[in-house]
Amino acid sequence: MNMVMYEEELNQVQVVVDKLVRDANARVVCIVDKNGQLIAASGETDNLDTTSLASLIAGTIAAMGGMAKLLKENEFPTQFHEGVKANIHIQLVGNRVILAVIFDSRATLGLVRLRVKRASDELNNIFEALTRRLPQRGGNTPFGEITDEDIDNLFND
Amino acid sequence: MSFINYLSREINCKIVYYGPGLCGKTTNLQWIYQRTAPEAKGKMISLATEQDRTLFFDFLPLSLGEIRGFKTRFHLYTVPGQVFYDASRKLILKGVDGVVFVADSQVERMEANMESLENLQLNLSEQGYQLEKIPYVIQYNKRDLPNIASVAELRELLNPLKATEYEAIASRGNGVFDTLKAVAKLVLTELKKGSGG
Ligand SMILES: Nc1nc2c(ncn2[C@@H]2O[C@H](COP(=O)(O)OP(=O)(O)OP(=O)(O)O)[C@@H](O)[C@H]2O)c(=O)[nH]1
Ligand SMILES: [Mg+2]
Repeated sequence: MNMVMYEEELNQVQVVVDKLVRDANARVVCIVDKNGQLIAASGETDNLDTTSLASLIAGTIAAMGGMAKLLKENEFPTQFHEGVKANIHIQLVGNRVILAVIFDSRATLGLVRLRVKRASDELNNIFEALTRRLPQRGGNTPFGEITDEDIDNLFND
Repeated sequence: MSFINYLSREINCKIVYYGPGLCGKTTNLQWIYQRTAPEAKGKMISLATEQDRTLFFDFLPLSLGEIRGFKTRFHLYTVPGQVFYDASRKLILKGVDGVVFVADSQVERMEANMESLENLQLNLSEQGYQLEKIPYVIQYNKRDLPNIASVAELRELLNPLKATEYEAIASRGNGVFDTLKAVAKLVLTELKKGSGG
């Protein structure tokens, strides 16, 4: 099954991450799916390789999930790593997507935690609604109409 | 599980390179990275041991071009081939859209190939996938070495499913892009099927 996201939902997610950047005084906020695809990002992303970051964030969440399983825990949904200049707070939201906040000394962990909690609830609502709509979307991807020729053309270099 | 983003008009797919330790999975990705134009690739990330063995995964994001106004992006991953990293392999297989099995053609690695292929099937089935039902290509690598099995032998032992197969010398790039194109094509064809086209 594929994950399909339309403008409407992506805009809703964007509103949440934009707001979180401001409310938490964060440098960067991003939403990543559990397979490592970047869904949305906000803040100082210009000089940041968000694609790589997304795959690594998903990797650590996957690794922690694996550890949780071994310890008969359900999940370790929260991670916090402190650096010299940057800190990262990673939160699994509704077991579906990952919310990562990168922040520096302009913010505190307490503030970030508080704002992440609120953003998580909002994201949960968005993704729950999306999951309810998914089954109706099966026949609706742009890929139903592509031809074998379209696919071949992609590889003619 | 592919991810279709209507806002940025992108489709993202995940391809995993599987196979026994030292068969050449990372080498495949390194070649692809070196030979891809800068605008079509992101950074290659390798989480490896000090001896350059894959510890968790390699990751390489590629853009292949547009189909019907949608950018097609492929995220290539390798698994760590060493037997004891099985927990990591399971994690990396999650949400996979297509698999490349890289076999080591050397006769003395035949058992390792078979063991790895069985491990792949087991780990896929734990997630409700079946190798015979997902986009899947097999690569017989290291064809330059002297002590190798014939393709007929490899086929008989490793390819009962009659998946598309390629001979390769990944360290020189032979067969690397053929393998990638074949699996990418299967993934896109599957997407088309999956959307009722
Ligand atoms: N002769 C020869 N050597 C190869 C070929 N492909 C890869 N190698 C070499 O084999 C060694 C292992 O290759 P890797 O790509 O690191 O192997 P891997 O499958 O990623 O191994 P793990 O990370 O342990 O799973 C390296 O020294 C490569 O240069 C090939 O086609 N011919
Ligand atoms: Mg490797």
